[in-house]
Amino acid sequence: MNAVADATRVQQAWAVLGAVPDPEVPAISLCELGIVRDVREHGAALEVVLTPTYSGCPATEVIERSVVEAIDAAGLGPAQVTMQRAPAWTTDWISDDGRRKLREYGIAPPGPADADGAVPIRIVGRRLAPVACPRCGSAHTERLSAFGSTACKALWRCLACREPFEHFKPL
Amino acid sequence: MQASIQLPDDPKLRYLLRIGDTCLILAQRLGEWCGHGPIIEEDIALSNMALDLIGQARGVLTLAGDQCPQDYDEDQLAFLREERDYLNATMAELPRGDFAFTVLRNLMLATWLKLSWERLRESQDSELAAIAAKALKEARYHQQHAADWLVRLGDGTAESRRRVEAALAQLWPYAAELFEADAVDAAAVASGLGPSVAQLREPWLAEISAVFGEVNLPLPAEGRFRSTGRQGVHSEHMGYILAEMQHLQRAFPGGAW
Repeated sequence: MNAVADATRVQQAWAVLGAVPDPEVPAISLCELGIVRDVREHGAALEVVLTPTYSGCPATEVIERSVVEAIDAAGLGPAQVTMQRAPAWTTDWISDDGRRKLREYGIAPPGPADADGAVPIRIVGRRLAPVACPRCGSAHTERLSAFGSTACKALWRCLACREPFEHFKPL
Repeated sequence: MQASIQLPDDPKLRYLLRIGDTCLILAQRLGEWCGHGPIIEEDIALSNMALDLIGQARGVLTLAGDQCPQDYDEDQLAFLREERDYLNATMAELPRGDFAFTVLRNLMLATWLKLSWERLRESQDSELAAIAAKALKEARYHQQHAADWLVRLGDGTAESRRRVEAALAQLWPYAAELFEADAVDAAAVASGLGPSVAQLREPWLAEISAVFGEVNLPLPAEGRFRSTGRQGVHSEHMGYILAEMQHLQRAFPGGAW
């Protein structure tokens, strides 16, 4: 009986976290982003284990707060957040739903991470993996800058529909 | 006035500070470009890289603080040390110079950091290994960005080429320090904490040569000058950068917002 009740509380917490948006990319939830690694129950408290996306991501503190608030608001608290670095987060953990929502939001989702991890350095003339325009779907696109409005994104533009767009960098 | 903190004499602490402080001070220099980049994309890119480096420094300095009996936190270490207790490579503290100087310094230090993080993933210290696994992914982007620009500038106009060559002449003497191993490195190797910087020299030269080779930029000869930032003995520029960094915490101890 107790075990069922425990599982329910943890499951409810997962459902709540599935509705907490990422503060910088609000189109997707923390679960879809793949940063919620575990939810555990310790007596009266819930422990939510998160992994940071980038070392210096300024959204990390906001995310911690919104997790605690959301769990509290759902009556499942108190909650505490543990940051766990290892294993390091990768964009491969963004769910398929998350990828679809990113595209619909106007952000081209990342391709597989580390495909070229073994290559120490690539000089100009290298081919970037093609990124499809999230608006018109054309692969006729070019990168403007490897760094964008947040640590996780690069700036691109579509040469077919002429719209600029952001690309979630594979990491 | 907030008094300076005192550090124990501990090789692990020194090893960590050499990495964390290099990230911290380079981040401070890159941050100076915010609002001053030659084009907005570069303004954003340099600020982004500064942010990554601050994040890496936070992780390493937190771990460094755990090595001290006083259990210092990242902020105490970042803001309340005396100049000689900062152990960044001197190259990181040199004034930001022009864009060519910044690009070349980023190439040299991002390559050095990337090679360090690669090896630190195997550290016996699991927290350091975790920081390294994350930082490595970021450092690859930094190195790639700097390499792209180095080639573009080196193969660009006569003016951009002149600036790259001038930057190389200024920066190269500070590269030797990056590979000067001492007892701190030996202790790190013995305990499995991380590599000796001497092990990074060959792969570093190979990667830097590959980029230079793209634009026929010869590697300069090694001179006898040795900078000593990693021993805590800094250039004349360090005091100014610390004054700027520390002013707020010294004037308003514990100030937060």
